[in-house]
Amino acid sequence: MIAAARCIVARDLLLALRRRSDVATALLFFVIVASLFPLGVGAEPNLLRAIAPGVIWVAALLSSMLSLGRLFAADHADGTLEQMLLGAAPVGIVAAAKVLAHWLVSGLPLVAIAPLIALQYDLPAPLYGTLVLSLLLGTPVLSLIGAVGAALTLGLRGGGVLLSLLVLPLYVPVLIFGAGSVDMAAAGLSPQGQLQLLAAMLVASAAFAPWAIAAALRISTE
Amino acid sequence: MLEASDLDCQRGGRALFRNLSFALRGGELLRVAGANGSGKTSLLKILCGLLTPDQGEVRWRGESIRRLREDYARNLVYLGHAPAVKDDLTAAENLSIACTLTGIEAPAQSVHEALARYGLPAGEVPVRKLSQGQRRRAALARLLLSQGVPLWLLDEPFAALDASAARLTEELIASHVAGGGAVAYTTHQEANIRAGVLRVVQLG
Repeated sequence: MIAAARCIVARDLLLALRRRSDVATALLFFVIVASLFPLGVGAEPNLLRAIAPGVIWVAALLSSMLSLGRLFAADHADGTLEQMLLGAAPVGIVAAAKVLAHWLVSGLPLVAIAPLIALQYDLPAPLYGTLVLSLLLGTPVLSLIGAVGAALTLGLRGGGVLLSLLVLPLYVPVLIFGAGSVDMAAAGLSPQGQLQLLAAMLVASAAFAPWAIAAALRISTE
Repeated sequence: MLEASDLDCQRGGRALFRNLSFALRGGELLRVAGANGSGKTSLLKILCGLLTPDQGEVRWRGESIRRLREDYARNLVYLGHAPAVKDDLTAAENLSIACTLTGIEAPAQSVHEALARYGLPAGEVPVRKLSQGQRRRAALARLLLSQGVPLWLLDEPFAALDASAARLTEELIASHVAGGGAVAYTTHQEANIRAGVLRVVQLG
């Protein structure tokens, strides 16, 4: 079981390494969207500092959505998904491994590059820690929730639009508490409450999402 | 080993088959025959558990496969219509991943031997650069490492294969059946497989 999970993560990372452009697209999208705002709203430092958490979080959210469509689609098209469903490991474990690999490829780079983006908004240095921590807790939740939507819309025509409609409302709490935690820290208050809520969402979605993904994949492959 | 009772299957509002029952024991070969669109692939998918029949059930050693799930999956090899190989990986990587996922030990040495027996070029060639028939060979090479798995479900195993690869596949199926395994396969072509007990399910 562990061997199968490790094998899937290693496989997806290897595939990402062989198709680097796919990975770069999501990351570049994040950087470009987040960099357009200072150009659009003007170089007023106080305004930029105020919108920074929200803009960075929204950009991260959209960028993580961008790569969701590919999460299961390629495996579905070439038949490897069927083989994973018929593997020796429970499908929930397979789903969890797929999501972990997706987050490592599309979520973790965002977390790593976020401080660099924050620099453009003149975000005070003490807030970097909170920003990175909130993204570190929040982006896996985005991947987990998004994967449920990706599994449900697998193989549908116009699945991309449906996926956004399905998943974006569920992303809202993560966005509110993620950006809220940085806002709290900026106001000089403790962001602990928001961060703990994000951590709770992570634990809950990590526990339940894989089984929902498994059920959705079974339906979509029929 | 495998028992199908009263299977009904509908696809796109059309009944493909009704009240289909059969049993497949160790040492038996089952050929699913029928015209295009008669439900051969659907039947194999029902047998491996990817598709739920509208009625009836499939049992493995007396227990419903819906309850057994991965305990059943460990006992079967399913090769579907799509070759299930990743274009960006090499044939060896594909094969060892497929084996790990189904819980089969596949050391690098035996992976390379299996690929060599199916006449695939050694070396770091991604599957993308191989022909359709070679992809098919890369998928079928899994059979060489799955001799210990009791049930094989093969969907069109001879499609896109040349004469020598088709002969090797026929030999593998025959030796698996002779060794007490069970094989169910679909085909358009007349395949020449020697087996003690040959059953035919004619659809359509």
